[in-house]
Amino acid sequence: MSATPELDVERSDERPVPPREGRRRHLSDRSRAERNLGWRLAMPAFAIMVAVTGYPILQAIWNSFFSYRLTDPENKHFTFLSNYWVALKDGVFWQAVGVTFLITVITVVVEFFLGMVIAMVMHKIVIPRRTLRTIVLIPYSIITVVSAFAWFFAFRTDSGFVNHWFSWVPGIDPSTDWFGNFWGSIFVICLSEIWKTTPFMSLLLLAGLAQIDTSMEEAAEVDGATYWQRLTRVILPNMKAAIMVALLFRTLDAFRIFDNIFIMTGGANGTSSLSVLTYNQTIDRVEIGMGSALAVLLFLFVLLIAFIFVKAFKVDLAGGRS
Amino acid sequence: MATRDDAKGTGVYSIIAIPIIIWTLIPLLWTLALSLKGKDALANADANILGNFWPKQVSWENYQLIFTGGASDLFLPALRNSVIVCLSATVISVVLATFCAYAIARLDFPGKRMILTTALGVSFFPVIAMVTPLFDVWRNIGLFDTIPGLIIPYLSLTLPLSIWILAAFFQQIPWEMEQAAQVDGATTWQAFRKVIVPLAAPGVFTTAIITFFTAWNDFVFAISLTADKARTVPAALAFFTGASQFEQPTGGIMAAAVVVTIPVVILVLLFQRRIVAGLTSGAVKG
Repeated sequence: MSATPELDVERSDERPVPPREGRRRHLSDRSRAERNLGWRLAMPAFAIMVAVTGYPILQAIWNSFFSYRLTDPENKHFTFLSNYWVALKDGVFWQAVGVTFLITVITVVVEFFLGMVIAMVMHKIVIPRRTLRTIVLIPYSIITVVSAFAWFFAFRTDSGFVNHWFSWVPGIDPSTDWFGNFWGSIFVICLSEIWKTTPFMSLLLLAGLAQIDTSMEEAAEVDGATYWQRLTRVILPNMKAAIMVALLFRTLDAFRIFDNIFIMTGGANGTSSLSVLTYNQTIDRVEIGMGSALAVLLFLFVLLIAFIFVKAFKVDLAGGRS
Repeated sequence: MATRDDAKGTGVYSIIAIPIIIWTLIPLLWTLALSLKGKDALANADANILGNFWPKQVSWENYQLIFTGGASDLFLPALRNSVIVCLSATVISVVLATFCAYAIARLDFPGKRMILTTALGVSFFPVIAMVTPLFDVWRNIGLFDTIPGLIIPYLSLTLPLSIWILAAFFQQIPWEMEQAAQVDGATTWQAFRKVIVPLAAPGVFTTAIITFFTAWNDFVFAISLTADKARTVPAALAFFTGASQFEQPTGGIMAAAVVVTIPVVILVLLFQRRIVAGLTSGAVKG
């Protein structure tokens, strides 16, 4: 039983079979049976997973080539790339792209630093070790909509406590309207997102920290390295893989942001993300064609980010091993 | 960072832990506080203490509103829908994923890596991109605003997650036990059923919890693919209205939030270590 969970799928489980004549035929039967059983066991899950995601995306690509409004199905007609052209020419689309990137960068950067601090504390703390880990995990289990409402009401002028608590801060008084402008709204949206998803980030980073050989850190300390030197020269380089995985997971997750924006502003003051914009086009305006084009564009952005990360990730992996 | 940390761990970390704990708990306490505020306390800061945080007078009227009052028509069916949809999606995913992950961890067959890569890719899929086509198709074939109409798309959230986490769990199982059973004459299938299933049960259970959390959290599918009959709790919260149209639904929303949060917090308190293992297992390679 290995201490570190490893998804080494290439591992083959050769059973020690005595290399005697007469056993060979039995072995090949057996491996063929194993192969069949493998596919039969894996197939249902794989097929359903591909069907429930593959079908909608293909349908979305198809729909995106049509001018198609649900309330006016008679008028559905093929327009090829015209939906994409309209979206790419429209400032609203680029505003949503900008907001999505803005929120993604803010939340991922803040969560990385916050997550790193929390992971280090969880790694080293003695007294209340279990309690801390349990408490830190709780926001992960909270419904995002609940988190959104909690932060929304906390910053409201009528029901909230934030304006009362922080009235000593210049610029904040009991009547400060956080949701009346772009930056105030983005601030609260990001806070809720950070509160809810930092636990996931810090747990991934903690798993990376736990894999570092402590003797290396001790050796650096004996050699007179300062805390900062140990952090930047020993700890961070040795958990690069875990950091990249955590950043990739969170970036792709943050890029889909929808719940917090929908609950708090509904996209007011230019705070629509790509997901919110797609939702409004599809569900509110029932513009299936345009909504599908936006969905495909969002999908392409996610692919692009994943591609960049995977490329960077591979470079890092090789760099860390050489 | 001027503090020299002691390898044994000193009180420094306990002190840094305090703001972390406060930061995590305040929104939870705030949710509870709001749910306990009556109309008066919600409208008037003077009826509260700690800077409009906690009510001077605890009121249960919000809980009455969602369980027996005007909002019960909205909340109780939503709670039922949420439980049915999330449990169904979880059970289907975990059962299918158990077979799949066993095959990946244990058997030698081509395509293992492809399955895991697909699972990872699907879990990064922007949910809203699936909503647009489903919204159209579901309306045409009568799955819009139905329980199955939610369970099917939920599988796209829960299946890849279950496969990914379970495959990681299963690769940690001591497989010698299975070989021992096979040496004793058990077939591959018998070895799976009689030996591996009991060994794997904790991992399966943990995967089920994490999968359930994910389904329980969904908002995008729930508001897009339902109207009122199949609406789940997160979607219902967004459509809460006050007792009259002049009243804010704040208290009712927060009371409902507390009700749906308590069970998941209990799960976290009970199974913290396993959930952490499950969340990190698939993501961190050695």
